[in-house]
This record gives sequence, C-alpha cells and structure tokens, in this order.
Amino acid sequence: MGFPSSEAPAEPRAQDALAPSVNTAVKIVIVGGFGVGKTTMVGAVSEIRPLTTEETMTQAGVGVDDLAGVEQKTATTVAMDFGRISLSDQLVLYLFGTPGQERFWFLWDGLFQGALGAVVLIDTRRLAASFDVLGQLEERGVPFIVAINAFPDSPAHPVSQLRTALDLPESVPIVNCDARSRASSRDVLLSLMRYLFTLTTTPVPEPL
Amino acid sequence: MTGAHASWDEGSPERLYVITGGRSGGAAVTLDLVTLIVSRSAPQPGMQPEQAAILRMCQYPLSIAEISAYLRLPFSAAAVLVADLIADRRVEARAPVMATSLPDPELLKAVMYGLSKL
Ligand SMILES: Nc1nc2c(ncn2[C@@H]2O[C@H](COP(=O)(O)OP(=O)(O)OP(=O)(O)O)[C@@H](O)[C@H]2O)c(=O)[nH]1
Ligand SMILES: [Mg+2]
Repeated sequence: MGFPSSEAPAEPRAQDALAPSVNTAVKIVIVGGFGVGKTTMVGAVSEIRPLTTEETMTQAGVGVDDLAGVEQKTATTVAMDFGRISLSDQLVLYLFGTPGQERFWFLWDGLFQGALGAVVLIDTRRLAASFDVLGQLEERGVPFIVAINAFPDSPAHPVSQLRTALDLPESVPIVNCDARSRASSRDVLLSLMRYLFTLTTTPVPEPL
Repeated sequence: MTGAHASWDEGSPERLYVITGGRSGGAAVTLDLVTLIVSRSAPQPGMQPEQAAILRMCQYPLSIAEISAYLRLPFSAAAVLVADLIADRRVEARAPVMATSLPDPELLKAVMYGLSKL
C-alpha cells in the first residue's frame, strides 16, 4: 500500500493528467499521530500514487526569555503525503496527510488556509495522542470530524465513551473506518462533507 | 497568523504574492499548495532546467504540491519557481477555492456528488 517517495517519478505519468478544463481545486487535511493510517487513507482514495511534498522550517530561538547572544537555529523537515481525486471536469480534491505532533504545527498555517475541513484519524490504543490536535484545530476554527481507524488489537469503545474521553461536543461526528478500504475512506470524506454542509445551514453555538 | 514561536523561511506560502499583468492593473495571486498551474508556452533552450520541467509537466493542470513532489523540492522552493514563471507569463495560475469559515454549500454539494461516484 505504501509507496516510498524515492520511487516517485520525476514527471507525472500520462494517465495522471487532469482534464484541461479543471479550474477549481479544494483541499481536505487528514491529521493524526504517528502510524495512525494517514498515508494509508490517502492512498486508498487517491487516483494517483500518493506523492510527497516537503517543507523546511528554520526556527530561530525558542522564546523571549532566551539567553541573549545565544543563536540557536534548528531546521525541521516535514514530509506530507498527498493524493488527488478528480470530482468532475472542473473540480479536483486534494487530500493531505499531516502529522499531528506539536512540532509539526508550523506547517498548518499554509495547509489549513482555505481547506474545507479536516479528518482527525485516531487509534484508540493511543487516544491521548490526539488531545493536542483536537485542541489546536478548535483553536484555529478548522471544522473537523473524528475517524476511528480500526486496528485488529484496538480496544472497541462505544462512541459515547470516546466522545467523553475526547471531550467532543455532540455536534462533531465520530465515525469508524478502515483506512485501507477505499469505500470506507470515501465514506469518511462524505461524513466530513455532510457535517460541513450542516454547519452552513445551522448556526454554530459559540464555544464557552 | 503564524504562532509566536515559529517563523517561516522566505517564500512561505503565506507571504508569497505574485504581481501579474502589469499594465492592466495587475492582480495579486497567492500561491497555495493546491493552486493549479497550466503552461502557456513551451520550454525554451537555455531555460533553468527546473523551470523547463515545470512547463513540460504543466501541459495539463497540476497543483504546486504535485510540482514540488515531482521536482523533489520543498513546496516553498517550487512556489518561487512558479512565481517567476507567472511573472513572465509563461504559466497561468488557477487559484483554488479558499474556503472561508463556512464553505459555499453549492461547492460542498459538488464535492459530495463527486465523492459518491467513487
Ligand atoms: N489493521 C489495519 N492496519 C492499518 C490500517 N490503516 C493503516 N494500517 C497499517 O498501519 C501502518 C501505519 O499506517 P500509515 O498509513 O503508514 O500511517 P501514517 O499515519 O501515515 O504513519 P506516519 O506517516 O508514519 O505517521 C501500516 O503498516 C498500515 O498498513 C487499518 O485500518 N487497519
Ligand atoms: Mg504517513
């Protein structure tokens, strides 16, 4: 299922060409902790082999209370997998898988800007890993749904219990999925879209 | 926009604005990961190889994310190359729909319709 980026061709294959009439792109972000199935989900629904784009950030210093004169710079490179789904002869959807750990949040400004919304992919064996992600999305006002990726040895929790554990309001959908399955991953995206649609028709209650 | 603890390199997607179409007043284009690029001209001999490659691969629409992946360049570096090509009018940029706090219901319907056919 995974395609190492070193195999990526230097140019798109002929069959990967978008129709010349395609003029509108939209994006959805799939975010989750290490090994939760982001790349698998992107690959399951993408019409192209998932590609990888990188970004490097040079982070200078750490904060205002740094010792003066100590010049610290660390470069962080983050790889994001992405895939593509042609939706019509005009519309194309891009899906970006991005790691949820805080040290990667520098990527999120450009990534989430203009994104329709996000899928937070969760492994119930490591629920706590997603707390920060959920908080950060809420802070940024990015609409999201939660998808529970079913691993064989994941404990099965009732959704209501997960909702409490994740401290999510009733309005935010929580769905189960198998990221390896195209149909299941497509249904996750459809759930996100339906949720976004309800947001456009229902006034959102202000968070406390 | 950017968190207090992080700073982007030059050429960050947020800061990259390209001024196009000088005389007709011009328009500022922000380059996003999913801005679609389409070639308007063929590669010329003596062009920078990466830019020639972009002109070749963008005979059909291609996002800057894809360009960055095929060229194996960071997104910000690919965006700078694209920006130069836009300024030279060698490529055309099709700006993505940038969802605001609430996306357009018609757009959402179109996405759902497309997904349901997968
Ligand atoms: N059983 C099962 N295995 C899965 C599922 N989704 C992913 N996997 C496996 O879990 C492993 C990690 O999946 P990836 O898609 O690489 O996860 P990722 O989130 O992209 O991981 P990183 O990019 O390394 O953070 C792979 O070996 C997948 O085959 C699933 O739904 N069920
Ligand atoms: Mg991955």
